[in-house]
Amino acid sequence: MATKASRSAARIMMAPAVILLLGWMLVPLIMTLWFSFRTYLPLRGGDQGWTGFDNYVRFVTSSAFWPAVQTTLVIVLGVLIITVALGVLLSMLLDQPMWGQGVVRILVIAPFFVMPTVSALVWKNMFMDPVNGVFAHLWRFFGAEPVSWLSDASLPSIIMIVSWQWLPFATLILLTAIQSLDSEQLEAAEMDGAPHLKRFWFIVLPHLSRAITIVILIQTIFLLAIFAEIFVTTGGAFGTRTLSYLIYQRVLESQNIGLGSAGGVYAIILANIVAIFLMRIVGKNLDN
Amino acid sequence: MGQIQLKQVTKSFGETQVIPPLDLTIHDGEFTVFVGPSGCGKSTLLRLIAGLEDITTGHIEIDGTDATDLVPAKRGLAMVFQSYALYPHMSVRKNIAFPLRMAKMEQAEIDQRVNAAAEVLNLADYIDRRPGQLSGGQRQRVAIGRAIVREPSAFLFDEPLSNLDAALRVGMRMEISELHKKLETTMIYVTHDQVEAMTMADKIVVLQAGVIEQVGSPLELYRTPRNKFVAGFIGSPKMNFIEGEEAAKHNAHTIGFRPEHIDVVESGGMWQGTVGVAEHLGSDTFFHIHNTGLGETMTVRAIGDVSLKHGDTIHLSPRVEEVHKFNAEGLRIE
Repeated sequence: MATKASRSAARIMMAPAVILLLGWMLVPLIMTLWFSFRTYLPLRGGDQGWTGFDNYVRFVTSSAFWPAVQTTLVIVLGVLIITVALGVLLSMLLDQPMWGQGVVRILVIAPFFVMPTVSALVWKNMFMDPVNGVFAHLWRFFGAEPVSWLSDASLPSIIMIVSWQWLPFATLILLTAIQSLDSEQLEAAEMDGAPHLKRFWFIVLPHLSRAITIVILIQTIFLLAIFAEIFVTTGGAFGTRTLSYLIYQRVLESQNIGLGSAGGVYAIILANIVAIFLMRIVGKNLDN
Repeated sequence: MGQIQLKQVTKSFGETQVIPPLDLTIHDGEFTVFVGPSGCGKSTLLRLIAGLEDITTGHIEIDGTDATDLVPAKRGLAMVFQSYALYPHMSVRKNIAFPLRMAKMEQAEIDQRVNAAAEVLNLADYIDRRPGQLSGGQRQRVAIGRAIVREPSAFLFDEPLSNLDAALRVGMRMEISELHKKLETTMIYVTHDQVEAMTMADKIVVLQAGVIEQVGSPLELYRTPRNKFVAGFIGSPKMNFIEGEEAAKHNAHTIGFRPEHIDVVESGGMWQGTVGVAEHLGSDTFFHIHNTGLGETMTVRAIGDVSLKHGDTIHLSPRVEEVHKFNAEGLRIE
């Protein structure tokens, strides 16, 4: 991109993609904003005109709002902790030379290819079913009373399912990071008298900090919007109603598009608050 | 103290033996250089001494005690790596303090030692910067600093200058030599550059395919190379080897003359040929000469600037008393 001509040529050639993407984002965003200020009940009279901030006030004052925000944050935080911790361990394991390395790596990545709906259904019916699930059989084998996972331990169950889905992503990113660690650094630390755990703490973990930051940022964006896992397992019951699920209920179950749109705007704000927060805490890692 | 003794040490990676049984003694305070072409096993040998690789059979003794099964940290050796292996997320100060911190030393003692090392190596100006902000030469100094604070019984250098530019390399060479004079600690230095070996070493160990070809002082190796390999490897440019009739006159299979032992004369020399490439360095001129009738291209050094050009005929007069004679097996004959 050195000359003026090549710069303007680049702009012209990028324009279609940029305009398309911008339109793709802006149209739904503006429509959400538009509906959030209107009373729009599709089955009860349709679009009934402006209501000002009524929808916003109703959405926040509803008794379901703060629990939903809390649930969302608990799930995001829980999944992040589990995937990062296990991801670091797994990536270090996979970095070791071993027989059948290629196959093992593919197997580890496999859960990422399973659609969220499918994996949640598999977990619900094959593992967590209190009568026929694998866990129920396991519990009974040890003489314990099977747990009704999705009703008695609903939030941990969802966190477990989502963590299983996202662990491969974390592992993959951390594995590539760990492979770029200069082995001479570890050897130097070994000569300097650092035993295994200290080498992990002082050399490996700082080396991974950038990759961990990226994993946290990307996962947070996606985890704030998880839906299918809740929809097919608990249907939002037993305290598993997240913000995005609440919005869904408002729009489709209550048939109130205005109220749902206001919730959507809150979700955007929440996502941005979390993003700014994260950037402040971990974004520093990306600079150096 | 820092005497290192290798007894019948071998190293195999799987089926391939990279170091056949090898004996070597490095005396206390000696600057020993392992030199050889790439893949000759010199770095492996250094890593065996460091403990970063396990030896297959044999023993390593450091200061008279068996260190064969000791972990690297317990051997009392410090190593400077080719890539410097500085910890990128730590400041220079923390990098140097790291081995002391691992040894659980008192903070006051750590500070004192780090400052002393910084003084010796002139690191004070950038002690709070990170390795990423330093130049190659500065990183090299930090790596050496991290080695000297531990006050090891011996230093191990693994091609430490190969990532530096030519001017800096000459400077660092001097600094390391001076450091050795100052500390009087055993140093083992691995390089493929015979100039580094010749200029720095008290003792040179020439290796080829894991086998020690010759051990001796730089001038010993230069004057009396034990075989053709050492003769060709030590000295720059390379020794000229001549076989056949000319060698038979000296009762040898092969004879060798160093480029600096062949004089360029106006006329009537023993040999003549055509100048190929002439390298004019000002102080010296190197001629690569073809068509001498003696086999390969010959290299000759003339003092000062000799104005012969490509294609000119050149007359050569070797100093017969400087001849190196080798038998059919490539071994030196006196």
